[in-house]
Amino acid sequence: MNTRLPNSFAAGPDDRGHFGPYGGRFVAETLMPLILEVEKAFAAASADPAFKAEMDGYLADFVGRPSPLYFAERLTEICGGAKIYFKREDLNHTGAHKVNNCIGQILLAKRMGKTRIIAETGAGQHGVATATVCALFGIPCVIYMGAVDIARQQPNVFRMKLLGAEVRPVTSGAATLKDAMNEAMRDWVANVEDTYYLIGTVAGPHPYPVMVREFQKIIGEEAKAQLQAKEGRLPDSLYAAVGGGSNAIGLFYPFLDDPSVKIYGVEAAGRGTDTEEHAASLTMGRPGVLHGSRTYLLQNDDGQITEAYSISAGLDYPGVGPEHSWLKDAGRIDYVSITDAEALDAFHQMTRHEGIIPALESSHAIAQVLKVAGSLPKDHIILACLSGRGDKDVETVAKAMGKEL
Amino acid sequence: MTARLSRRFAELKAANRAALVVYVAATDPDEATATALMQALPEAGADVIELGMPFTDPMADGPSIQKAALRALAAGASMKKTIAQLYAFRAVDTDTPIILMGYYNPIDSYGVSRFAADAAEAGADGVIVVDVPPEEADELTPALKRHGLDFICLATPTSDDARLPKILAHAGGFLYYVAVLGITGTRSAAAAQVEQAVARIRKHTDLPVAVGFGIKTPGQAAEMARIADAAVVGSAVIDKLAATLTPENQATPETIPAVAAFVGELAAGVHGARA
Repeated sequence: MNTRLPNSFAAGPDDRGHFGPYGGRFVAETLMPLILEVEKAFAAASADPAFKAEMDGYLADFVGRPSPLYFAERLTEICGGAKIYFKREDLNHTGAHKVNNCIGQILLAKRMGKTRIIAETGAGQHGVATATVCALFGIPCVIYMGAVDIARQQPNVFRMKLLGAEVRPVTSGAATLKDAMNEAMRDWVANVEDTYYLIGTVAGPHPYPVMVREFQKIIGEEAKAQLQAKEGRLPDSLYAAVGGGSNAIGLFYPFLDDPSVKIYGVEAAGRGTDTEEHAASLTMGRPGVLHGSRTYLLQNDDGQITEAYSISAGLDYPGVGPEHSWLKDAGRIDYVSITDAEALDAFHQMTRHEGIIPALESSHAIAQVLKVAGSLPKDHIILACLSGRGDKDVETVAKAMGKEL
Repeated sequence: MTARLSRRFAELKAANRAALVVYVAATDPDEATATALMQALPEAGADVIELGMPFTDPMADGPSIQKAALRALAAGASMKKTIAQLYAFRAVDTDTPIILMGYYNPIDSYGVSRFAADAAEAGADGVIVVDVPPEEADELTPALKRHGLDFICLATPTSDDARLPKILAHAGGFLYYVAVLGITGTRSAAAAQVEQAVARIRKHTDLPVAVGFGIKTPGQAAEMARIADAAVVGSAVIDKLAATLTPENQATPETIPAVAAFVGELAAGVHGARA
């Protein structure tokens, strides 16, 4: 724990990319000059009104922002307690929050004169979003995806291919998101001259965690204004699923310095945090260094990274963004976890009662909301991030129900 | 520089010879074989040994060294076993410098101070940590210094004249020049380019310069030995080892002799390069 409270929870990182003891730039020397170049280019773009104007244009006309803030009347009724609002990132073009960040980074890559894009993907949402913006700007792209994830996310794999991306299966390790990220980094080391690595979450070396947060904080900024318009006040509590943590930080960040707002990050407990099959790095892991930053990790006593598991391919990652690690230690955010079974139940409730098929990732946040809403007073306002739509997950859900499509 | 490393480079310089640096991974393919193999390397012709500390996520390594790490971990590799292998080596060889090479998380997990103390006590001379660039080096270097271990730094084709001094500010032992953009065991560099790069590096430092990544044959090793103070061979050695294993990754009677023979060929190339 920090010995003194910071003046602001939203001030980080420092100029070396550290959020307290977390974050940093733990990468091979080959990548260092490039990472410094990305940092410089991002700082210049951030200070350039033309960059923001261009980005805002694409976010409005291509992505469809602002995304709606939706009052879930029936779920509110069923739970019988707090008012439940969802920020509808599932209605973005490509079906998830991932595209917000992709628009920002592809414009940055263009400014830097990069002519080839690489990315990693777990559930395929970031891969689809990356392939989409690459199609939009006519830039070739290679998506690294674990072979296991490829098997369970076929619709997204085909989508990426339709968009012109090359999807490279990764068979090393457990063949999931962590290994896809390793392979993407290996590609980057070998192609530093022309390639930009478009990381999909608030992880990786500085400046990625801060940059992706800056491109995702529009979620919370919009929601704050929208709720102000509808209710005339701040929410009482926030909920978002945390894998790497980009939709969560995007929603949370604009509220960090509003002390009345309680914030909950929801990790994947998989088959239970009392088993070895989960992805709850903040609730069950300990700090270490992976993929360029110090953060909470799932690892054994010898510092070897252990495999994460979740029914949701997008949460199946043994690390988490370093800013989340810092916010956990600082006591600003509470991190809880939801099992596969609870997430599936929430998936069905949302689908049947609200007519919204949510992504399995988002279903974790919904499950936590359903868990607590009934015991909260009727004037309590919950704001949760519906980070993505669940069309990509129907096969997984069918399988969990014992049905073949 | 530790006494062993400076003595080794001084001896070689006096003989107008480059050093052959051989990489093997601790506990690959098992504890006993890895220990015996390491002990056989100096006689086979290795002047310096890089002992890989296995990690699940070796981001800068190609398939050969990735597989070596996974084989080792499957055989029970751990930091304690790596240190034990070092003790076993020092029981029979007190002259050959040993560089521990790996990634930061297992060191961080073991405890940086404890790692530096135990590695030095066991007889290590230097440490290469692939994912600790100068920007993060202050996490590690005070403890290494306290225990007399050299922090061996990497320079790459992307390290320009502005960047090199930042790297060299932390560097001890020798400078490891990564000859190619890429991961271990994949592409090979053109000698002319490496020669230029090494000449540029020498303007910034008096440390010996070792060249590695993509050196696969005795001929390539010899070429690098004409240019630099040392040639590092890793993946090609690991490939020789892997080729002798059973389908279940068990060592065979061929394992140590085959690797030793290959190291012998590399040594002949390196040691004869300037003749």
